[in-house]
Amino acid sequence: MSSTHPRTGVLALQGAFGLHRAVLTRLGEPSTEVRTIEDLLAVDRLIIPGGESSVMAKLADESGMMPVLRGRIEAGMPVLGTCAGAIMLAAEIVDGRVGQPSIGVLDITVRRNAFGRQAESFTTNLVMIDDADPAAEAHDFEAVFIRAPGIERTGSAVATMASYDGQPVMVRQENVIATTFHPELSGDDTVHRLFLNL
Amino acid sequence: MASGSPDSTSGTSSTGTSSTGTSSSGTQLVKRGFADMFRGGVIMDVVTPEQARIAEEAGACAVMALERVPADIRADGGVSRMSDPEMIQGIQEAVTIPVMAKARIGHFVEAQILQALKVDFIDESEVLTPADETHHIDKWAFQIPFVCGATNLGEAIRRISEGACLIRSKGEAGTGNIVEAVRHLRSITSDIRKLTQADSAELFDWAKRLQAPLPLVQEIAETGELPVPLFCAGGIATPADAGLAMQLGAQAVFVGSGIFKSEDPAPRAKAIVEATTHYMDPDILAKVSRGLGAPMTGIGMDDLDIKLADRGW
Repeated sequence: MSSTHPRTGVLALQGAFGLHRAVLTRLGEPSTEVRTIEDLLAVDRLIIPGGESSVMAKLADESGMMPVLRGRIEAGMPVLGTCAGAIMLAAEIVDGRVGQPSIGVLDITVRRNAFGRQAESFTTNLVMIDDADPAAEAHDFEAVFIRAPGIERTGSAVATMASYDGQPVMVRQENVIATTFHPELSGDDTVHRLFLNL
Repeated sequence: MASGSPDSTSGTSSTGTSSTGTSSSGTQLVKRGFADMFRGGVIMDVVTPEQARIAEEAGACAVMALERVPADIRADGGVSRMSDPEMIQGIQEAVTIPVMAKARIGHFVEAQILQALKVDFIDESEVLTPADETHHIDKWAFQIPFVCGATNLGEAIRRISEGACLIRSKGEAGTGNIVEAVRHLRSITSDIRKLTQADSAELFDWAKRLQAPLPLVQEIAETGELPVPLFCAGGIATPADAGLAMQLGAQAVFVGSGIFKSEDPAPRAKAIVEATTHYMDPDILAKVSRGLGAPMTGIGMDDLDIKLADRGW
């Protein structure tokens, strides 16, 4: 009802930003592409898409966007990071490009390419549970894992919302949600709806 | 929507969730989805692990491992084939980003070998000497996704019908000349625009003229885009070239000889990466284009002995 409906941005340095925007459009949510600090300051919530995390991190780092991202998220800006986006958010990266920086706002340790090369990419069905909404029913959905990272450690403030093979694949820490899979590919909008309600 | 109701877990345990059912790999969703991850990025040709590291350091979203860059293939002549597996593995070990490799058109055994090496993407490429003058590889038979070149919409749709998960406009590899890439990109995007204006009866004629399967023609007429990503290759030598390809509708770029045949590869590679991200911002394009040294010399189309783009059918 308020005249200041939150503006949604999708980080568009590299990766599947267009597919996230297509999901948002399907949900009736306008969005803009974020490539510069000015773009970032003009949005109220952000999706960091899948793609090549080392490329996104390099471009965000060299343009001076990294500390701005960190500051905005620590100040409460809702953010959803998928696959490479989860790596961008992680406090600790294993098997990154040498010296690969990250925003570091999500207290997890993530291993890049944990499942291997493209030959090991797969889809599976997951069950998601939202701790923040105990009334919500567990939700069963298809998840696409592409050269996916693995979450090897979660801090005490981090809740696991879905797991695969005993390892977390969707986690939440206050205003930050991260998935190691690609919710923008499966046609199921659950994760995006959750993000828009953060 | 989810089918069936999850009954394996309930309640609010933060760790009690689990996966259900079985997993599947090598599906179109997994293959085309991977192609989407390269959008807005630069895929660079490399011939040594050292070049691969330079490319990764410069911000390449993937590297294409090959024995000679197209400019050298053009200069050397002879038959050009799939790279030595040892060389491909050396590059796979050198970098953490995806590694692509090329197979000859129609040479499905080279493709089988590349799949066994677990390259991330196979390029069935006109840059190599074709192995079959009639048939492209049946790409549905592979777990690893394929990229193929196209000079026009009909060729792009035929490759998609054979299972390609990514199309690149061919351009003219190894020339450092963007003119053919522009011709091919414009041909593809302009025919897509025309398809969206055609009525249902006209689409039958379009399918006939494009020599392409009707269902794909109808799908593209409906959606206004290819069902797989469209990238640009063949002739990109400067950041401005990358910007041009992107503004003409490419979603990412392949750079072959343009980087490692230039005077100073690393800064040029980095500049082309930034230009591909900020392709709509002339101020940033101006900034990154400064002081890069000489680009590759380049060749005019009239001076070519062989047009690689004519390979493929």
